[in-house]
Amino acid sequence: MGKRIGLEVSLAISEAVKLARVDAVAAYPITPQTHIVEELAQMVADGDLDARYIMVESEHSAMSACCGTAAVGARTFTATASQGLALMHEMLFIASGLRLPIVMAIANRALSAPLSIWGDQSDVMAERDIGWVQMFAETGQEAFDLTLCCFKIAEDPRVLLPTIINIDGFTLSHVVEPLEMESQQDVDDWLPTYVPQVILDPAKPVTIGPVGFPEIYTEIRKQQDMALIESYGVVLEVWDSFEKKFGRAYKPVETYRAEDAEIIINLIGAIAGTARIAVDRMREEGKKVGLVRTRLWRPYPFEEMRKALGGAKAVAVVDRALSFGGPGGPIASELRSCLYPLENKPVVASFIAGLGGRDVSIEDFYTIVAETEKVLDTGYTDEYKMIGVRE
Amino acid sequence: MAEKSTDFIPRLLPPRELLAEGHRGCQGCGEALALRQVMKVAGPNTIVCSATGCMEIVTSPYPETAWRVPWIHVAFENAAAVASGVEAGIKILQKKGRYPEGKVNVIAIGGDGGTADIGLQALSGALERRHNFTYVCTDNEAYMNTGIQRSSATPWGASTTTSPSGKESIGQSVPKKNLPKIVAAHDIPYLATACPSYPLDLMNKTRKALEIEGPTYLHVLSPCPTGWRHAIDMAIEMGRLAVETGVFPLYEIVNGRLKLDMVMEKRQPVIDYLKPQGRFRHLKAEQIEEIQKDVDSYYEELVYRAECDAKAPGPQAEEW
Amino acid sequence: MADKRTWREYPVAATIHEPGSATGQNTGDWRSQRPVRHDEKCDKCGICWIFCPDAALFMNEEGFYEVDLYHCKGCGICARECGKEAIIMVEEGE
Repeated sequence: MGKRIGLEVSLAISEAVKLARVDAVAAYPITPQTHIVEELAQMVADGDLDARYIMVESEHSAMSACCGTAAVGARTFTATASQGLALMHEMLFIASGLRLPIVMAIANRALSAPLSIWGDQSDVMAERDIGWVQMFAETGQEAFDLTLCCFKIAEDPRVLLPTIINIDGFTLSHVVEPLEMESQQDVDDWLPTYVPQVILDPAKPVTIGPVGFPEIYTEIRKQQDMALIESYGVVLEVWDSFEKKFGRAYKPVETYRAEDAEIIINLIGAIAGTARIAVDRMREEGKKVGLVRTRLWRPYPFEEMRKALGGAKAVAVVDRALSFGGPGGPIASELRSCLYPLENKPVVASFIAGLGGRDVSIEDFYTIVAETEKVLDTGYTDEYKMIGVRE
Repeated sequence: MAEKSTDFIPRLLPPRELLAEGHRGCQGCGEALALRQVMKVAGPNTIVCSATGCMEIVTSPYPETAWRVPWIHVAFENAAAVASGVEAGIKILQKKGRYPEGKVNVIAIGGDGGTADIGLQALSGALERRHNFTYVCTDNEAYMNTGIQRSSATPWGASTTTSPSGKESIGQSVPKKNLPKIVAAHDIPYLATACPSYPLDLMNKTRKALEIEGPTYLHVLSPCPTGWRHAIDMAIEMGRLAVETGVFPLYEIVNGRLKLDMVMEKRQPVIDYLKPQGRFRHLKAEQIEEIQKDVDSYYEELVYRAECDAKAPGPQAEEW
Repeated sequence: MADKRTWREYPVAATIHEPGSATGQNTGDWRSQRPVRHDEKCDKCGICWIFCPDAALFMNEEGFYEVDLYHCKGCGICARECGKEAIIMVEEGE
């Protein structure tokens, strides 16, 4: 049983990184991730975290330096958001292609232009194809717990993939939440020292990052894809062992009053808190509404999502990101693909809300459900609908 | 000390090739030779972090690798950032007892493009943070691997595929970026220019660069028969001409003090260097004269600076 | 020889575990002329060896530098740089 404290969620992530005994951090500051990296810098300066902290000159170099530290066997961490993540884009594919178990926290923030420092999910939704394990936290406890789990998952010899833990910028990163803080001893017991599979070592020279001709490129991609797909089992194993050790359970998909719901709201991240209140109120009013929050984003939890949502009449997907002129928000379009093989498919209505830090209110959820009922009645009128935009 | 080519005894060098035969470099490649000579000094306790470029492509086509030391390629612009990570990672892991003890040379390699252009930021950051590593820039004065496109290291008047000479163009219309000067502005303990035509000089400088604690830098002129359009047996001769015309002066900057390695009162005329190269074929007499003037004035500037630095107060540039 | 391994048979991330595996590549096939050494002129100085971009020369038991014909690309640097003109380039097929 951990010690119950109140802590800003960014700092909770730093605590988890410290407890994980990370060896190397290479990071560049960007709102709203700054508190994570500042706290880590202080921990190193105070001697509380025995790590090398590389104060790189850009996020691209942050991910590059992380590849360097991971390649010699160091447990490696970084954090970023928005423009920083976008700047790292090239490197993200390389980190997973080289199978380096780097853990990264992202404080999800809107992308320019116009410049926005406020939260939405457009930064990480632009990085769905990078081949990393990706998960989203809703609470400070989750942020802390999942960060610890990320190291265990990433470094598993069956996985060896870099891993992302996402938290909503400002709405989660900058709030103080109550959480159970675990002890160093308990974390040491559960998370052993990183044992790398292949490292740069003069005693055993290897060539990492060669040219892959067409004759082999497909096979290497397949190898990498299978590692991500099969990491699903490792994620479940790690969450299972986490529950046994620390008493908190995590599943790829979290459902709330969804079993008999006719309309289910599907979303990711901290706005689930507001959604739950809206669901409760609508239930009191006699509406059969439920909520499904996706926690594991990559590898995508196809079976769990089909099980949780397949029986509903309609799913109202709330995306905090948008693919302009495309098939709805990212969560919606992926859900549609997921549900496609089902004989009887629910209607999937795509809603875009909460862009650039705009609040998603209880009233917004009422609007979303009402719009979904309209779609059920009279069919689709739009590919997706933006909620709360002044027209 | 730059030497005449018969002043030392190559057969006393370690015979083991850490950059193995069988790589896919062009016939007569000056860059491959430069790295081969660097590796003779670096030895097996070395980790090489390479940028994308000629040397990366020709030495690592899966499943062939020409490297007999640990080697990593990540991307084009970040050799120095990767090397920063390797160096820092080894430091912390050795401290924690999770990496074998002993000195490991960390060498970052980049071409002129991967260093002076796209890689400049990462290089600057790594130098500023004072990582203990050596950056070797193999400068063949263009993006050779992708087809001889111009870089900021392409000399004025050179014809490349993106700065071709023509009726309206002299080729590269701006002067070569002075990368050693930029590196020197970071006040690192040691940097030097070198050329594989002077192997003893290059290897001595490599040794110094690797032994000195902190960031060090070697700028190695790497003649390229394919891109410079000279005969395939001429790379060494071209390097020699580059040095002896003053186009590529050999010098070291030790703790901020410049030391010229070959003070040539009389230099060969630059036309001797330009003539054998197809990339300069289009130059007219007055343009060659302009090049001669620039080379002369820069060389004289270096001579003057070296004299001043030799007399400046404070610790002298050490004799090695 | 085409590489027909399945995806499971490749090392993770296509990392190459055999240092110097490039030596299997017959780059000697590229050349159109090859260096021929004249022992009577050679003083075993090693200049040819230190100037070879392909490390395609090696010292034999007598101390002479022999050409590794499997790898020599025939660039001719050794012949040009030899201070004793002890190396002549001859056309392949002669």
